[in-house]
Amino acid sequence: MLRQMFNFSEKFSIYWSDILREVISNGMSSIIIVIIMSVFIGAVTTVQTAYQLEGSFFPITTIGSVVSASALLEMAPTITSLVLAGKIGANITSQIGTMRITEQIDALEVMGINSTSYLILPKTIGAMFSFPCLIIIAAFCIHLGGIVAGTASGIITHADFLYGASRFFQSFYVTFMCIKAVSFGFIIATVSAYQGYYVEGGALDVGVASTRAMVYCCILLVIADYLLAKFLL
Amino acid sequence: MSIRIENIRKSFGDKEVLKGIDFTFNTGSVNMIIGGSGSGKTVLLKCIVGLLTPDDGKVYFEDRDFHALSKKEIRSVRRNIGMLFQSSALFDSYTIFENVAFPLRMFTNWGQKKIAERVHDCLERVNLVKVDNLLPSSLSGGMRKRAALARAIVMNPKYLFCDEPNSGLDPETGQVIDRLIQGLTTDFEMTTIVISHDIKSVLDIGDKIMFIYKGAKEWQGSKDEVLTAENPNLIKFIKTSGLM
Repeated sequence: MLRQMFNFSEKFSIYWSDILREVISNGMSSIIIVIIMSVFIGAVTTVQTAYQLEGSFFPITTIGSVVSASALLEMAPTITSLVLAGKIGANITSQIGTMRITEQIDALEVMGINSTSYLILPKTIGAMFSFPCLIIIAAFCIHLGGIVAGTASGIITHADFLYGASRFFQSFYVTFMCIKAVSFGFIIATVSAYQGYYVEGGALDVGVASTRAMVYCCILLVIADYLLAKFLL
Repeated sequence: MSIRIENIRKSFGDKEVLKGIDFTFNTGSVNMIIGGSGSGKTVLLKCIVGLLTPDDGKVYFEDRDFHALSKKEIRSVRRNIGMLFQSSALFDSYTIFENVAFPLRMFTNWGQKKIAERVHDCLERVNLVKVDNLLPSSLSGGMRKRAALARAIVMNPKYLFCDEPNSGLDPETGQVIDRLIQGLTTDFEMTTIVISHDIKSVLDIGDKIMFIYKGAKEWQGSKDEVLTAENPNLIKFIKTSGLM
């Protein structure tokens, strides 16, 4: 499927608008859930880290360091992608699956259009662009949530939090986060599209394929997460 | 520009759906494949357009063996094909205008004005007006079929395939669709293949007819010969339609 996807004979300009539409639709449709989820993840991590450090000899700024490093390295890319697997992944599977069972994919093929390229390439490239943007926003919101929860509950001042966050900060953390985001976007788009493209039967089977796509995406995400950490860190 | 099929066989698991079918579909005429539900008509049509690969046999488009062509060559042949699907297969998220304009945007470098002119020509041809901005879901079954027919002819195809064009339509709308197919075939000298189990439609527009029964070709002839055919399965098929 991947080989077919890049073997298109149509004008590439046709794909530009579709890619842009995918980036915008992925971003706009998911930004609210990403913000809400990330703010609370940041808040919870701050409160729980403070609880763990209670009575220890670690300085209070450690909370900022822990929240920041875990946000950039793991929570923003992985947890956000797991949520997006359910949202964007299931959407891709059901869209393409419905097109399959209503003969719309056959219609594309009969017109002489490479349906794999036309349907899957823009969604894949779109996800590979939109995921990093959403995940950067998620990382920012986790920090924000941490600061708000920390200051509101009197655990840490925002200055201490930011000092802790910047003390052990490495720019590679951001690069690593973006590498994860691009990889996860690729996995979610292609796995979900594959499940939708090869669906057979009716509406019930599209639902089954969407669930299966989400399960496969989640498993592949955590495997890819481990492999990226092992080889890049 | 005729299409010829030779010894087409297709099985799904143990079930043999097509049992060696030969036929030549003439240019400028409406060629009809008729038969009851489950007789293999749609599978045969899908084998002809390459949506399914036959287990054995050949499909010739102007003496070119279709299934021996490369994927790129198959796509270039398909750009001369218009197909009307049983379910219309219009793209849900596009308006009727965008659906009909779709092949033009994909394969031509035409400007917006020329595309709009051509789309409106085709929509008028199928008697659809003021539907440009409507989504397929807001049209009736007959209007969807006509919009799909407009999309099928927008590239001036050499071949037109119609899978049960009047199924699910009332007799009057079905007749309108039949007449459109016949008119387009004559006007544009297309090789048209229509799948149907509606014998009235066969008698109305069928120039050359093939009757399939349980995956095998049982009879072929013209519409004038259908009612006098001596094939028992064809007679039974016609009788169940209430015409005899």
